[in-house]
Amino acid sequence: MPKRTDIKKILIIGSGPIIIGQACEFDYSGTQACKTLRSEGFKVILVNSNPATIMTDPETADATYIEPITTDTVRKIIEREKPDALLPTLGGQTALNLAVELYEQGILAKNNVEMIGAKYEAIKKAEDRDLFKEAIKKIGLDIPQSGRAHDLKEARAIAETIGFPVIIRPSFTLGGTGGGIAYNLAEFEGIASQGLKSSPIHEILVEESVLGWKEYELEVMRDLKDNVIIICSIENFDPMGIHTGDSITVAPAQTLTDKEYQAMRNASIKIIREIGVETGGSNIQFAVNPDNGQMVVIEMNPRVSRSSALASKVTGFPIAKIAAKLAVGYTLDEIPNDITRKTPAYFEPTIDYCVVKIPRFTFEKFPAANSVLTISMKSVGEVMGIGRTFKEALQKALRSLEIGVAGLDKKFEHLNAETIQEGLRVPTPDRIFFIKYALQNGMSINEIYDLSKIDRWFLANIQQIVDLEKEVVRYRKKRNIPADLLRKAKQYGFSDIQLARLLKTKDSFIRKMRQENKILPAFKQVDTCGAEFEAYTPYYYSTYETESEN
Amino acid sequence: MSKEKQKGILVLEDGAIFEGTSFGASGERAGEVVFNTSMTGYQEILTDPSYKGQIITMTYPLIGNYGINEADSESLKPCAEGFIVKEYSRIVSNWRAKKNLGDFLKEHDVIGLEGIDTRALTKHIRIAGAMKAIISTENFERKHLTEKARSSPGLAGRDLIKEVTSPKTYNWNKNGTHRVVVIDCGVKYNILRELAARDCRVKVVPARTTAREILNFKPDGLLISNGPGDPEGVPYVVETAKQLLGKLPIFGICLGNQILGLSLGGKTYKLKFGHHGGNHPVRDLKTGKLAITVQNHSFCVDIDSLNKNDIEITHINLNDQTLEGIRHRKLPVFSVQFHPEASPGPHDTNYLFDNFVKMIQDNNA
Repeated sequence: MPKRTDIKKILIIGSGPIIIGQACEFDYSGTQACKTLRSEGFKVILVNSNPATIMTDPETADATYIEPITTDTVRKIIEREKPDALLPTLGGQTALNLAVELYEQGILAKNNVEMIGAKYEAIKKAEDRDLFKEAIKKIGLDIPQSGRAHDLKEARAIAETIGFPVIIRPSFTLGGTGGGIAYNLAEFEGIASQGLKSSPIHEILVEESVLGWKEYELEVMRDLKDNVIIICSIENFDPMGIHTGDSITVAPAQTLTDKEYQAMRNASIKIIREIGVETGGSNIQFAVNPDNGQMVVIEMNPRVSRSSALASKVTGFPIAKIAAKLAVGYTLDEIPNDITRKTPAYFEPTIDYCVVKIPRFTFEKFPAANSVLTISMKSVGEVMGIGRTFKEALQKALRSLEIGVAGLDKKFEHLNAETIQEGLRVPTPDRIFFIKYALQNGMSINEIYDLSKIDRWFLANIQQIVDLEKEVVRYRKKRNIPADLLRKAKQYGFSDIQLARLLKTKDSFIRKMRQENKILPAFKQVDTCGAEFEAYTPYYYSTYETESEN
Repeated sequence: MSKEKQKGILVLEDGAIFEGTSFGASGERAGEVVFNTSMTGYQEILTDPSYKGQIITMTYPLIGNYGINEADSESLKPCAEGFIVKEYSRIVSNWRAKKNLGDFLKEHDVIGLEGIDTRALTKHIRIAGAMKAIISTENFERKHLTEKARSSPGLAGRDLIKEVTSPKTYNWNKNGTHRVVVIDCGVKYNILRELAARDCRVKVVPARTTAREILNFKPDGLLISNGPGDPEGVPYVVETAKQLLGKLPIFGICLGNQILGLSLGGKTYKLKFGHHGGNHPVRDLKTGKLAITVQNHSFCVDIDSLNKNDIEITHINLNDQTLEGIRHRKLPVFSVQFHPEASPGPHDTNYLFDNFVKMIQDNNA
């Protein structure tokens, strides 16, 4: 169906200040939405308290209010601007929470403002753990056992029924702030009381732990005609127990058979329909038991999320832009795929590369902060690497972190076995390097798996990086390595600097050697379709292959 | 670190050459090279009999990650002539995995190549069209192989069904209310599983089975299966279908759709590089409903060739507007070009099996 003509003016709420759990990705999605809606002829009213965003540039909206994102201020803006609709799903959790408050206080009804994208009921159903649990059970899917508590006594009773370890999730907080994992009653009391304090409604969810299970996310889109597509699957390198924002993640999913992936896809479609998110993107998280494939639903974000921003870059499918168009009535088959032009947005992107996202932490600036990673988010940003292999994508991402490594490099001097084991067992930002040290020290993939629960497929790939490094080092005395090995090293994502360090030479020497042997980067397209159709506006990544497309 | 790897090569009939290393069986095979854009499901793809006569290249670069298990095959063994990937994973990680992909290929004598710039190969096929090729781990002489590729039989006009159809009639399951005969043109097991799950008693018959023999089984419905190659290469199945039109409810899938198209007086043609993947958008013209479908075909029914007085176009591909489904206006006959049984791929069009069972029930009522 064509776009709606009964609405003319749309209010968009930004995400406010940059904080952990809510950073520039919502500036990106909000800006895309504003631009899209304006190009469709709608008047866009924008509220954002953060002037240091692209979104608040004067050209982005028809009227921009740099005001606090509170119900009172936004009420006044609504009374003054009289928008027809509010699009709450593109400004992160802040915008979603505010939309809920505006609705509950009757401000939207009083001023005849319609919520588009996701209705109040759908937001409640996705965000309220009890309603969510009920909805998931209704459609025959599994969800970890849990109970809600409003004081410590209630919480203790639930924890004792479920059994330790348990996860404590405060209601309505950002990035899981105030949550944690308790292995015993003593830990539980501390985390639970902290959680009760940080929840705006003094409520926590005490949940069965699926610690160590494999974690997956699917990015789902739906239009007003109930067409649903999956944009991207993401597999977490770090298993359950670490906030997705703090996990190394990989796209697409690597270790699911088609049967398992389709079960997850079917579940996602059922969930978005049952929750009732009308249009736009949602993110649904799953945990899978690595020993028997049992799948449980963890949560759903009924809005464009941090992962949507990642999924957009991973696939070339502009989720925020399309979400904005769907919110005003277009259906997926009416919107062209920008990159191929000839095919519609109703399809599922297929990619012919691997993407690795690594979170960026700044514990050096907060020496007192505990660098152990848990279910409340601590990272301040993220980097993404694209490669034709996981190894290449991983090493590219690592060097993009700007933490002084040029890939899966040397990070520490002389570690003893005990330190390595601890580094594998306790998740910190350095765990990826501990895996390397463990492998170099002859620890087996199974031993590393037992300590870290990181999937053996990822560990085996890191083993290949370590083995290749060993092979390169054998040529240190000659200060010259065979061209085939050099090419393979580049395909594994080694940088010239990394290779130079291994060979104790200069990177200019490696570069020269590459040029002499014609080992040069090729540039491949991100085109949404695995080269099936011609791409008109693709973007590129570098890799070491035979054909360059630039 | 690793053992010396064996070289492998793919030579196309236009002389293009792709070098990699072998990870499956040794030898030399001819086939038409096609690309598949599914990111999961290599076990199902390899064992799909429709790939007889073809060499498959996967556009997703990392293949073999979850190994091979006992449940996900679509026939007894791999049917493709060769399998080409960017990076083959020797390590297998999945609770159901029983062996790795390389061993599976060796066991069934299928050549596998890795280390190929599969995106370059895919683009080559997209631009120049699917083409005949030789995949080899023994002979690397380009001129000779190009010549061999050129003189290989290809797909057009060829009967490949005879190489994959069941040699004899068998019952897939014992119980079920609706008796369904499946003409095995290279049927995928999941078609049989879907029927069995809907209270059908399924009998699978060789493709050469005549209309009379089929009617003697007194079936309530007939399914004409998927299969490899050119529908014009199997006039005997087209003839059987023609004789059975109107005699009982008929459902055609993929090659079955093309066979029905021909038996209803239509024409088929070869697509430039076909549809092979799990993300093809299709519109149901009657309901307007959209579906993401699984596709695997190189040939297509020509929309203009069909007599619209008798035949209704029910489904259309949104990418290239080609025919995806037909229904007879008077007789209980319908077919789709895509794969409602999925495996691998999305289950969006699973409901077509319900429609078939309903058609059988209505016909019996």
